[in-house]
Amino acid sequence: MTRPRLKARLQHPAAWWLWGLGLATAASRTTNPVLLLLVIGVCVLVVSERHDPATVNPLPAFLVIGAVIVAFRVVMTALLGNGIVGDTVVLTLPSVPLPDWAAGVRIGGTVTLESLLYAAYDALRLAAVLACLGAANALASPRRLLRYLPATLYDVGTAVVVGLTFAPQLLTDARDVRAARTLRGRDGRGMREMARLAVPVLETAFERSLGLAASMESRGYGRAVRSTTTSRRAATGLALAGLVGVLAGLYGLLDSSAGGVLGLPVLVLGALLAGASLLVGASRDPRSGHRRDQWTWTETVTVVAGAVPAAVLVVGSVQGWEGIVPSQQAELPAVPLLAVLAVVVSAVPAWITPRPREVAP
Amino acid sequence: MISFEHVSVQYADAPAPSLHDVTLEIPEGELVLVVGPTGSGKSTLLRTINGLVPHFSGGTLTGRVTVDGLDTAEHRPRDLATVVGLVEQNPSSTFVTDVVEDEVAYGMETMGLGSTTIRRRVEETLDLFGLTPLRARSLRSLSGGQQQRVAIAALFAAGPRVLVLDEPTSALDPVAAEEVLASLHRIVHDLGVTVVLAEHRLERVVHHADRVVLVDEGHVSELLDPAEAMRRSQIYPPVVGLSRLVGWSPTPLSIRDARRKAAGLRQALGDSAPPTGADLRVVGPADAVRITGVRVSRGARIVLDGLDLAVARGSVTTLMGRNGAGKSTLLGAIAAQHRLSGGKVRLGADGVDPHTRSARERVRTVGLVPQQPELLLYTDSVAAECAAADEDFGAAPGSARALLDRISGGIDPAVHPRDLSEGQRLELALAVILCGAPEVLLLDEPTRGLDYGAKKRLGEMLTGLAAQGTTVLLATHDVELAAEVADRVIILADGEVVTDGPARDVLASSPAFAPQVTKVLLPQTWLTVAEVAGALARIA
Repeated sequence: MTRPRLKARLQHPAAWWLWGLGLATAASRTTNPVLLLLVIGVCVLVVSERHDPATVNPLPAFLVIGAVIVAFRVVMTALLGNGIVGDTVVLTLPSVPLPDWAAGVRIGGTVTLESLLYAAYDALRLAAVLACLGAANALASPRRLLRYLPATLYDVGTAVVVGLTFAPQLLTDARDVRAARTLRGRDGRGMREMARLAVPVLETAFERSLGLAASMESRGYGRAVRSTTTSRRAATGLALAGLVGVLAGLYGLLDSSAGGVLGLPVLVLGALLAGASLLVGASRDPRSGHRRDQWTWTETVTVVAGAVPAAVLVVGSVQGWEGIVPSQQAELPAVPLLAVLAVVVSAVPAWITPRPREVAP
Repeated sequence: MISFEHVSVQYADAPAPSLHDVTLEIPEGELVLVVGPTGSGKSTLLRTINGLVPHFSGGTLTGRVTVDGLDTAEHRPRDLATVVGLVEQNPSSTFVTDVVEDEVAYGMETMGLGSTTIRRRVEETLDLFGLTPLRARSLRSLSGGQQQRVAIAALFAAGPRVLVLDEPTSALDPVAAEEVLASLHRIVHDLGVTVVLAEHRLERVVHHADRVVLVDEGHVSELLDPAEAMRRSQIYPPVVGLSRLVGWSPTPLSIRDARRKAAGLRQALGDSAPPTGADLRVVGPADAVRITGVRVSRGARIVLDGLDLAVARGSVTTLMGRNGAGKSTLLGAIAAQHRLSGGKVRLGADGVDPHTRSARERVRTVGLVPQQPELLLYTDSVAAECAAADEDFGAAPGSARALLDRISGGIDPAVHPRDLSEGQRLELALAVILCGAPEVLLLDEPTRGLDYGAKKRLGEMLTGLAAQGTTVLLATHDVELAAEVADRVIILADGEVVTDGPARDVLASSPAFAPQVTKVLLPQTWLTVAEVAGALARIA
């Protein structure tokens, strides 16, 4: 390589999240298994190259959840069917006769390859979207993203930080409490035992959360936003409306079946509202940053690399390219070359971005 | 710098106020030590300084607390963050970020300092606290002492004029505690920061203090000279106990001062040798715990590798060593809480393998009181907890209550276990475990948060159990407890036994783990004030 190596640093968290959302948008527009597996592959590749070593890598958990979703969908389809008619019968399960009023519902009966494939592809799409979110989580901890939350949303910020700590800690606590339960001669299995364990687990987690909130409070989080109550309320209102707009817009982009009103226009409107709330409420936000995340060309490239597959697949699905939504036949789906190339482009940040900081184990 | 004017704090539902008419003036640049028994209101006093009481905790505060001229009634804790930094008892639960450097910068970021200032102060702070080699480490990977230093550094970096610390060294081994106290000493003496700290382990901190405040049941004394305070206080470290016994004046607080006065005492004791092992209780055959080649890994790390150990029936053995040396893991392996990846554990005369027994059978052989005793408590009152314990262990109804009454100094059975003081919670957990009448009793760091009175009761209890044939194995940093109860001391380092021998030999020969009385009277190897008192009584 002729290019001098980039200095090790963490990329701007917003860049990674935009990249992840772009890829998620792309994944949500297709049910082509080749493209979806490619998206998951890109996530794994980029995360293995660039994930922040200071945090626990959440991608494996997201991948496991995705796999469970696919397996669950396939099993349920085999049992209950999904209304897809096909000729290729895989196996015939014993069918449960149902009364007339339950027409349209079936249990057991013939299982066709077409219906199974449809279910698997559809579930795979969800798994791929989850993988994209998991990748964004692994590449930039949501806590770092949270620094950009305006101080007017102080309570939301505290809640999010506490929540981010709460969930993983809950698992650790549950394990500890269950282990301690064996010290009292119980093995911690069964419904009654679970109910017993719930109380100490939740108590421990709540105590920890309160401690963290107290610590953030006494360390000056959300202090002295020197603004009037009115402007703070206005800012909070605007920010919440903006967030709702952004979420609705994202939903519109991700779900092609939603109406045309949702989607890009709402997303833009939401972003504008959120921006306005920053101007109104946080113009005197006194917080600053140690090593304020920089935005250099690598961040731009990252965002573009995420936007390319999103754009190509949105256009492809609107224009109905062959292979974006594979036919419901038991055959290998056609692979649209342009879409494959677009997804491959999104893997570029695995190489051109700076390496993350080194963290001793 | 900090002034209290007629401050009282009353929590809702509490029968008595937690603080009662406190008037106190703490001048700038002093290191003030708050001394008092468990539950006396120390933590409440500390938390009023930055306004967490009552803004965050609830309750009613009357009177006025001002810090650097700011009234805590008008300023919320987050607004006082520039003036006061509060280090909580358990730092790991208060970390907001993931990496040492980010944590140190966090407070300054919320205060909106310029980024060049932040960069400079981060570097200075890391140097000051000796954290530079750890700057890129993940906070979760640090040892307890390192975490405590990061927590102090993170608050100090934000430039407060006052630092408030609640039990900063009670979870630390003696060496790590020294590191933390050295950092504190430095910021008080070099930088004029006012430090207020509460600590149960007076033997570690009292000689660092400029002034002492005594707290008892919500009543707070004025600022006292440390020697004067130790003369009056109902809780005191062993060196003060020795001084009270012999009648030294002024009361020495450090080993150095005491040694200067101790020549006469050493001479008086000269003829009578300290009791040897033969005087200790008779110890049975070495078959209560037999460990051969035990290997345990947690995560990717091998914590214990090929450890061998045999513990005699009816003995009290203390495991000591730095934080992270593998003490808790060893106890967990004996109680079948951690899976072995090699070797074997056999317990009791019958050679029971705890790893192959069901939990129900296992508790008859081995009982473990974990580091956080609250993990063992599930119900909403002490009485219900005792009843549940009877049921869990198949004991006769009322046996847990009887045990608890014997162990503790009287606990209200209607109280929620989480509302008990730390010492009482330990006593309750111990009563629960003893309900199974285990042959081998394991305790993991039992003295955290215990005052001298509770510790003394615990020591007597363990000695009594051992006399009845129970084998006791405890992991602790508390050298004074080890001196009181242990027959044998094992020092672990990095998962290996580095020293193993009779308590007197091991404790007296280790600079880090020697108790205060031994340090004062070396080369004579007395361990406790009671031993010296006994010897003096025999001479007289």
